[in-house]
Amino acid sequence: MTPPTPVDAPRAGLGVRGLVVHYRDDDGTVALAVDGVSLEVAPGEVLALLGPSGSGKSTLLRAIAGLERPSAGTITWDGRDLAGVPVHRRGFGLMFQDGQLFAHRSVARNVSFGLEMAHVPRAEQRARVAELLAVVGLEGFGDRDVASLSGGERQRVALARALAPEPALLLLDEPLSALDRALRERLAAEVRTALKATGTTAVFVTHDHDEAFAVADRIAVLDQARLLQVDGPVELWRRPASRRVAEFLGFEAFVPVAQFEWLMGAPGTAVVGRGGAARDSEVRAGGGLREAVLAIGPGALEIADDGPLGGRVVASGFRRGVTETTVDVDGVGEVTVVDHAADPVLREPGTPVHLAAAAP
Amino acid sequence: MRNGPTTADSGNQPVVPPSSAREGGPDPVHRRRPSLVRRGATGPARETGARATRWLAWGLAAGVPLLFLGVFFAWPVARMLGLGLWPDGALDLGGFVEVFSRPRTWRIVGLTLAQAGLATVVAVVLGVPGAYVLYRTRFRGQGLARAFVTVPFVLPTVVVGVAFRSLLAPAGPLGFLGWEESLWGIVAALAFFNYAVVVRTVGGTWAQLDPRAEQSARALGASPARAFRHVTLPALAPAITSAASLVFLFCATSFGTVLVLGGMRYGTIETEIWVQTTQFLDLRAAAVLSVTQLVVVAGALWVAGRARARRERAVVFAAEARAVRAVTRADAVPVVITALTLAALALPIGHLVVRSLRTPSGWGIGNYVALGTTGGPNTLSVTVWEAAANSLRTAALAAGIAVVVGLLVALVLSRRPAARAGRRAISLMDAVFMLPLGVSAVTVGFGFLITLDRPLGLPVDLRTAGLLVPIAQAVVAVPLVVRVMLPVLRAIDPRQRQAAAALGASPLRVLGAVDGRIAARPLGLAVGFAFAVSLGEFGATSFLARPDTATLPVVVFRLIGRPGEQNLGMALAASVLLAALTAGVMLAAERLRPGTAGDL
Repeated sequence: MTPPTPVDAPRAGLGVRGLVVHYRDDDGTVALAVDGVSLEVAPGEVLALLGPSGSGKSTLLRAIAGLERPSAGTITWDGRDLAGVPVHRRGFGLMFQDGQLFAHRSVARNVSFGLEMAHVPRAEQRARVAELLAVVGLEGFGDRDVASLSGGERQRVALARALAPEPALLLLDEPLSALDRALRERLAAEVRTALKATGTTAVFVTHDHDEAFAVADRIAVLDQARLLQVDGPVELWRRPASRRVAEFLGFEAFVPVAQFEWLMGAPGTAVVGRGGAARDSEVRAGGGLREAVLAIGPGALEIADDGPLGGRVVASGFRRGVTETTVDVDGVGEVTVVDHAADPVLREPGTPVHLAAAAP
Repeated sequence: MRNGPTTADSGNQPVVPPSSAREGGPDPVHRRRPSLVRRGATGPARETGARATRWLAWGLAAGVPLLFLGVFFAWPVARMLGLGLWPDGALDLGGFVEVFSRPRTWRIVGLTLAQAGLATVVAVVLGVPGAYVLYRTRFRGQGLARAFVTVPFVLPTVVVGVAFRSLLAPAGPLGFLGWEESLWGIVAALAFFNYAVVVRTVGGTWAQLDPRAEQSARALGASPARAFRHVTLPALAPAITSAASLVFLFCATSFGTVLVLGGMRYGTIETEIWVQTTQFLDLRAAAVLSVTQLVVVAGALWVAGRARARRERAVVFAAEARAVRAVTRADAVPVVITALTLAALALPIGHLVVRSLRTPSGWGIGNYVALGTTGGPNTLSVTVWEAAANSLRTAALAAGIAVVVGLLVALVLSRRPAARAGRRAISLMDAVFMLPLGVSAVTVGFGFLITLDRPLGLPVDLRTAGLLVPIAQAVVAVPLVVRVMLPVLRAIDPRQRQAAAALGASPLRVLGAVDGRIAARPLGLAVGFAFAVSLGEFGATSFLARPDTATLPVVVFRLIGRPGEQNLGMALAASVLLAALTAGVMLAAERLRPGTAGDL
């Protein structure tokens, strides 16, 4: 057999090329879970795989870990093909949604598991465990029984355990999804800090775009087994590559830029697609305004008695200390209007309102 | 959409060093283990090698038990059936016509179904309230009550037979019922035996049932009775079906108890096989009856397997919420039923102990002293103590064999291969290893005698090597070991293994660090089960044990078959000894029970 050809992959980091993974169900039906995905992760980078459930993001992660066998395509690390390298020889860490701590081991012995597997000397193991428990904010927890930990603490231990053997690449499968919102937001920041402090390259699967933006350097959006877009948080938000990506990020209404040019550049809006155009000015200069689509998200419009748009209130309520009013805007569709006024009012459904672009 | 102009094709994107974008250059703490990938050889050659090793390992794990079962079960049984159905080298199904034209056959088949059916109904009706009281409520002494309930199940069949016979004899405490050598006496003894199966199977599921489903029904306006009938009972149904079919199976194949209690008028297919083989030397009738029994048992096993699959799949267990609560007045009905049942369970055991202390010359330990003798004239070739030593030695060997074989089987069966063919092979193997539960132990025992003089053409006579009895007992005990271990191994989240593998554990180390650690406790339970079952095994042993290597159950049966007060007294004392040994082993093993819902 010929040695694996070093494809035109980058010299360092993770390379995924034209990956196809089929998922075989118990009833024998075969579904396409990952369809021709290509992406790269540079050393030290944190990439989020973002997508709704069933988009194939977890399967992609499991294929990288070596837990699923691809039907086609290659996965490389530092330019070497990983086909046929079993899970335990890839040197990739893996962290699950529910931690999967070993119940029969203490916190410290969970963290040291990977070090034991690598035959690291005892003294070094102890030092490394203490160091990692400190990184995740659990100093002194070493002797605790894992059953006595809270959900957040378990995930911290799972993170420490995955980081302990210094994996070349850390794969995180919805590590925060089982936690409540406040804890999730706090831990997202802590995960990023821990990954950066240890210089770990990571792929982070999530269905929550806020979480993806909080943790990742770049975000890959997947839907229905396909990769829709890979970009940094700002670029992704400002230039969603397609209407589907924009919808997934929370944009609510889509209108032709030609008729709503005055709204371009307002906060909470984005021009969908437009190839490589990075700025609104480039879109204008490119003369593509006629076909371009403007995505309108929550907060892009505000209520103004002299506003150019008319509509009717659908629902109105408090959320996180501000009033959010869903308005059915004539010629646009339903849009969420955020009222930051100090003395907000709830409007009855059916009330006619006028709207203008929100102030930047 | 993928080919549209809006799709970002990362393949054409330059790879920007991204961390610098937000963090300002690489981190000072940036240490990097040289990736393990660089060390090992990679590529297709390595994969082929690793795959071959894996196939070899799993092939061995499946092959060793299959070979064991083939040589020590399938072959002897096939030879036995062959003697009956292929008498002159040609298939002769005339035996079926002939045997089934005898009224006696139909009576025996009818009796088997009636006894097993009635005993199953009694065990379920009493067992479900028992499961509730012993597993869903909390009271002082509950641990003791649970252990006590288990004792009848592991009591040797011969002991239960002797206890009930003595209890129901005209002069016995329950003589007024007139149940001596009656259908009801047998049904009572079989229900006594199998009450624990229902309580443990149903209780294990019940204890872990999420109480919030019932609470939701109550909040929606259902009375406790309706909430039970419409929410709890359907959730328990698979466990109840599974328990009922197991009880039916045990009852339909019961041998020792029925042989002791039934007299000349009552029997099961299994005792009839024994009668036809040993009394009438009619191997053709025995073979026909063996096949008939296999059909009955296969039906019960099929129902049990379906129910088990549904139970493992469907029931939502409470993750954290503890469903157990203290006993209240509302529990009066199940508590009273269970208290009466426990008293009824205590009766035969208590009576056996008391009766064993009565000698022809008044109360005393004379019967126990007599255990050092060989009984009346021409009764035994060994003393009862020697038989007890034989029993312990044989059972230890049998348990060792059964645990090794059963563990390998459970390990293979707990895998979920990706390929459909692999999954089919595994469910087939699952069924094959349940067969020893259903095939007549008498057939196995007699089959051993006629096949294992030169196993596989090898010049070793296993019959004289003293290994036949332990091997036969191990064949009977393997399904129990599998049933104890399999639910535990199947309950392990596959991601535990994946997490260990991602941390660098090789497949062998994953097996030790994940499966091994979790299975350690139930393994102790399985050893205890196998040991207790081997201690009490009677059907196959009665054929294979020679007079000088007789085991306790064989000795007990021999003693009650002889006239004389002294022999009966010794039989009772020996039964108490056997019961104490088995119960002691079981209670010790019981402490190792895992928290998961097992089958038994």
